[in-house]
Amino acid sequence: MKTNRRSFVGGLSAAAVLSGSRAAFAQKKYDDGATDKEIKIGHTNPYSGPASSYGIIGKAEEAYWKSVNDRGGVNGRQIKFITLDDGYSPPKTVEVVRQLVEQDKVLCTFNTLGTPTNTAIHKYMNQKKVPMLFVATGASKWGNPKEFPWTMGYQPDYHTEAVIYAKHILANVKDAKIGVLMQNDDYGKDYWDGFKEGLGKEVGRVAKHVTYEVTDPTVDSQVIQLKDSGANVFFNISIPKFAAQSMRKAAEIGWRPAQYLNNVSGQVTTTMKPAGFENVQGVITAAWLKDPTDKQWDDDAEMKTWREWMAKYNPNGNLGDVNYVYAYSVSYLMEQTLKKCGDNLTHENLMRQAANHQKLRVPCLLPGITVSTSPTDFYPVQALQLQRFKGETWELFGEVMHAESS
Amino acid sequence: MPAFPKKWLWALLAAAFVVPLLHPLLPDVVSDYRLFLVSTMIIAAIAVLGLNLLTGFNGQISLGHGAFYAVGAYTAAVLMDHLNMPYWATLPSAAIVCFIVGYLFGLPALKLEGHYLALATFALALAVPQILKYKWLEGLTGGVQGIVLSKPEVPFGLPLTEDQWLYYYCLVVMVLLYWAAANILNSRSGRAMMAIRDQYMAADTMGIDTALYKTVTFGISAAYTGIAGALSASAIAFVAPDSFNFFLSIKFLIGLVVGGIGSLAGSVVGGIFYVLVDNSAQALSTFAKNDLGLQFDLSAYTVFGILLIVLMYLMPMGIVGGVYYLARSLYSMRKPQAKEQAALKQRVSS
Repeated sequence: MKTNRRSFVGGLSAAAVLSGSRAAFAQKKYDDGATDKEIKIGHTNPYSGPASSYGIIGKAEEAYWKSVNDRGGVNGRQIKFITLDDGYSPPKTVEVVRQLVEQDKVLCTFNTLGTPTNTAIHKYMNQKKVPMLFVATGASKWGNPKEFPWTMGYQPDYHTEAVIYAKHILANVKDAKIGVLMQNDDYGKDYWDGFKEGLGKEVGRVAKHVTYEVTDPTVDSQVIQLKDSGANVFFNISIPKFAAQSMRKAAEIGWRPAQYLNNVSGQVTTTMKPAGFENVQGVITAAWLKDPTDKQWDDDAEMKTWREWMAKYNPNGNLGDVNYVYAYSVSYLMEQTLKKCGDNLTHENLMRQAANHQKLRVPCLLPGITVSTSPTDFYPVQALQLQRFKGETWELFGEVMHAESS
Repeated sequence: MPAFPKKWLWALLAAAFVVPLLHPLLPDVVSDYRLFLVSTMIIAAIAVLGLNLLTGFNGQISLGHGAFYAVGAYTAAVLMDHLNMPYWATLPSAAIVCFIVGYLFGLPALKLEGHYLALATFALALAVPQILKYKWLEGLTGGVQGIVLSKPEVPFGLPLTEDQWLYYYCLVVMVLLYWAAANILNSRSGRAMMAIRDQYMAADTMGIDTALYKTVTFGISAAYTGIAGALSASAIAFVAPDSFNFFLSIKFLIGLVVGGIGSLAGSVVGGIFYVLVDNSAQALSTFAKNDLGLQFDLSAYTVFGILLIVLMYLMPMGIVGGVYYLARSLYSMRKPQAKEQAALKQRVSS
């Protein structure tokens, strides 16, 4: 075939080269799940079973897309958000995600929740080449564009966060002897590995490492063991229930170490208040989202918008629950990513745009924290700031720390 | 419970083998996703079949068959992951391992009857996911991270998709296991099993070695469920302790009761039912909310529960039992009519 000058000019738009007759529609390109009127997004969440407390994230996201549709959608297209229950059971996740991809033909999945559940569909999504965006888990394995170019995480990973604590301990606590309480699962281990990496040569400073199962009734005996080891630093890798229990117990038995609490349990209402404010003064944690119970954000413009959105679309939602803030922020990022795709709504372009955010300000992230991605950086939020508990709320201190682990 | 008419069985089997080949004609109806769903139904049916051998035919209640399912799945996964064993070779291994585990568990279970046995198996179901996470086993089981596997590849260059192949693979395994179970039940041993269920003391007096039969039945039942687990490991291509929570055991029990206790065909119906209703419950609940304009959230589990209650109320003997009695009562209703008509004819002609 000869390339003449006319088709060369038309070649300015890629579509025109492929089919000259459709040159008029050259800018509009669609894969399954996108049309002139609608974009389909798939989502899985545990609405039943042991992890059903996360169900509100799915409800909040549904509400977010409703608010987007009420505003007129994204570039004139309505969002059809299909959310299915997987009960936090990996085989069920495979089943419902296959339904989303093969029956409902969604453009992408978004914020599918859970580490084991996402692991079960990781390979499948990448074989199908359907974007699996902003998964709701803090495991560090989601940002691996070389092997899994169709999967991207969202929040700062646990590994990075633990490195920050380790560095802070080494720099600030003299003769640190560290006691670690860890939940015995993938989330706990991710923190623990990061922590050991952060300590580096000083890993011998860990005097005692104890674990608990998420089904245990209490962690009292573990806390006593930590105290007996003579540790003067307490690194607490536990979910809110056990974080509150352990900090209360430590105060009860008169153990007063420097305390570092994982971000998972950083909420005032679910952790700090049940632990007793008098028992948790000076506890340090890292944050990246604005806590809705934190008084310093009372007059914050972004949080005001969030509250208005809550009042209109989640009238029964708990205003103190950070999960609503999380859902709001990650949905905003998804909306912006779709907006950037313009009329080119293909799997490939969606992934390209997701990996092309430069210092995007996403509401409800802490001041100074932005979203940046690139074809080699699939970790959208990577910055954290340390905060210390004072009175009845957190007080941010120091600089926003950007993780350099990737 | 009546035996399923042979004619129908063959027709069903033929349909099961032919329908997937209609994919080129009806690509949307016979999609890969649907075949995958049917494969999961078949796997559930095999597990329920195993439970039925124990509970339905031998009268021992188990709330813990999810544990054997997990052991089967992990046996297959570990063999594939560490020893690079081909997926089809893992089935006999899983069966043997589960038979041994089931047999050993059956020994102490001999001392436990009824509710006590139910509780002991319940404990087993709760313990197994924890044991899988145990740090000394972590090198083998992958701990909480589980093991990621590959899906079975289509052999001999057959012109099938992965899902079609998986479907046939599961189907053949189920047919073989069903045939074996039917033969066991139709033999001396099968009659002994049922005699123990119906009248334990009488069976003992008749000279049946009840201890042996009960433990071996436990082993066979566990082996069946273990094979189902191994199949699921291949189908899902991932195993993790979270896949085998306590709900799984309850799910098998629901399938058993709904399908029909003590009926082989009922096990298959039960397996299909569970997957089907579990999937449609959510669709129904969103339908009720969005299309019927229900003001409050009706969770999928609520819908599922309501469906179960209605079903149990209408068909206390399970679906197969219900259909059987329906057919019989229809038949007996028709019969007197036929007699009357014949009598009428006679009168007219005479």
